[in-house]
Amino acid sequence: MARQLIKGNEAIAEAAVRSGCRYYFGYPITPQSEIPEYMSARLSEVGGTFIQAESEISAINMVYGAAAAGGRAMTSSSSPGISLKQEGISYIAASDVPCVIVNVMRAGPGLGGIQPSQGDYFQAVKGGGHGDYKLIVYAPSSVQEAADYTYKAFDVADKYRIPVMILCDGLLGQMMEGVELPPMRDLSALPKKDWALRGWDRNGPRRIINSLRIQPDELERYIDGLYKKYDAIRQNEIEVEEYLCDDAEIILAAYGIVARICKGAILKLRKMGIKAGLIRPITLFPFPEDTFAMHAEKGSVKKFVSVELSKGQMIEDVRLAIGGKKPVAFYGRTGGNVMNEDDVASFIAGGK
Amino acid sequence: MAVFHKTKDLTSKPFHYCPGCTHGIVHRLVAEAIEEFGVSEKTIGIAPVGCSVFAYDYFNFDMAEAAHGRAPAMATGIKRVHPDCLVFCYQGDGDLASIGTAETVHAACRGENITIIFINNGIYGMTGGQMAPTTIMGQKATTCPNGRSGINGYPIKICEMLATQEGTYYAERVSTHNVKQVLNAKRAIKKALKNQIDKKGFSIVEVLTNCPTNWHMSPQDSLKYIEEKVILYYPLGIFKDKDAEVKNA
Repeated sequence: MARQLIKGNEAIAEAAVRSGCRYYFGYPITPQSEIPEYMSARLSEVGGTFIQAESEISAINMVYGAAAAGGRAMTSSSSPGISLKQEGISYIAASDVPCVIVNVMRAGPGLGGIQPSQGDYFQAVKGGGHGDYKLIVYAPSSVQEAADYTYKAFDVADKYRIPVMILCDGLLGQMMEGVELPPMRDLSALPKKDWALRGWDRNGPRRIINSLRIQPDELERYIDGLYKKYDAIRQNEIEVEEYLCDDAEIILAAYGIVARICKGAILKLRKMGIKAGLIRPITLFPFPEDTFAMHAEKGSVKKFVSVELSKGQMIEDVRLAIGGKKPVAFYGRTGGNVMNEDDVASFIAGGK
Repeated sequence: MAVFHKTKDLTSKPFHYCPGCTHGIVHRLVAEAIEEFGVSEKTIGIAPVGCSVFAYDYFNFDMAEAAHGRAPAMATGIKRVHPDCLVFCYQGDGDLASIGTAETVHAACRGENITIIFINNGIYGMTGGQMAPTTIMGQKATTCPNGRSGINGYPIKICEMLATQEGTYYAERVSTHNVKQVLNAKRAIKKALKNQIDKKGFSIVEVLTNCPTNWHMSPQDSLKYIEEKVILYYPLGIFKDKDAEVKNA
């Protein structure tokens, strides 16, 4: 298939349609509004449903309903809107309903700004809503990956009956790159969902999509089961890229667009004689702990540096993964500012 | 020959509702109506948060339990996937008329082809009797212990409000305070469900019910309270019916 020049947000939307998403519910917010705009036109071409909901809260609950009824459903938003969706995400996670949620992050807290950020890492990875639950979180670092992981997200969501989040940022959402889009799926070949609501024909048990378990023992058993599912996800779904780590003395940790900036910085540092490498988590949950732990054991590695568009969020998982074996420094920008390769290189070269 | 049987669309699980509460009556009316239309196997119900949160245990259909106030949004998603299923929401006043007002109004404005059964008993029953958006003036609740007054704001009139919206097909308020009213409520519920079957659009039936426990009244007195007090603020009747508009045009 030919490559085409396409914006990140539109690549996400088209990849979702090609993956079988026929139900999209959203609400306008910068910098992700191209996703609902694209979906409003595209879904009508393929017989799908687009609704511009009255709120982010309604949008996620429409997703809850459509996904509970067996459709491949998606919503998208940016940081303040994702905060509004957290109630629904908790319910969806606690009902074992698969869906896809896209967060094109902008700077917070509060109304914050509209420029790129990675300030929602904690929210995405540590739960976000109330209670003990997890999402699978993919962090693409190119428009190609934004398309590929959105496409994959629907399959993984169905496999584990779990909400999956695509966590990218305003820069990735707004920029254009050459992309080879995945093929259009045959909807009839998608896995059947016997558990989904459809009307009870009196054969087998009736279907109840519910997150209320008022008996403490029943709820505890359910949560234990959820965490068994998360263990299986840790076993099977971790994705990580290692870049020039073999001989690296300083290992950067970065995800999403920042990882690409770090790669450029690493090449500059190597020209200066500083052996730097990068570990790029592609899944933020499950986190590639073993990759960090393995490099932390190496005598040649002197330290790690977490580079983020935040005040330091993923760094906590980096620290946990390396268990105090090596020092971990931090470099980040906030407010919607984005560092460049020279900023990163001079921070590292400065030996902080 | 049996002259009466329990509808197969209610399970045999005993209701958890308080003695004298009319929730059980409304459950039965909804289930009977759906059975009478012969669409039980193509029905999906949505339970709210509130006293009827366990409605999924009682209605013998595929069921979902929505977040507080979000039933119309969830119903929208379900209906769009299964347009040929009968999709109904069963919601109380806190759920529908307070935390879920936006979901209710916009489902109506979209003309979403769903049916909402709206239980208005003027109180938060499940949480112990706090003031509801529909608690009438002068009525006591644990968060307006001296009776609702202007300081608490005024009770919301959902049917009257939705009647102003183009997207609403049908909005009627009925009551459960005596046998005649219960039979009338069943007629309205059947009409609201039939509208959906006929793909006419958004229909809502507001059902005035009692709460003997939190109104601190005997069941008989609570029914009398509906008849003598509640109906004065919440008059019964059809507020919007596009069938009639078509006939009168």
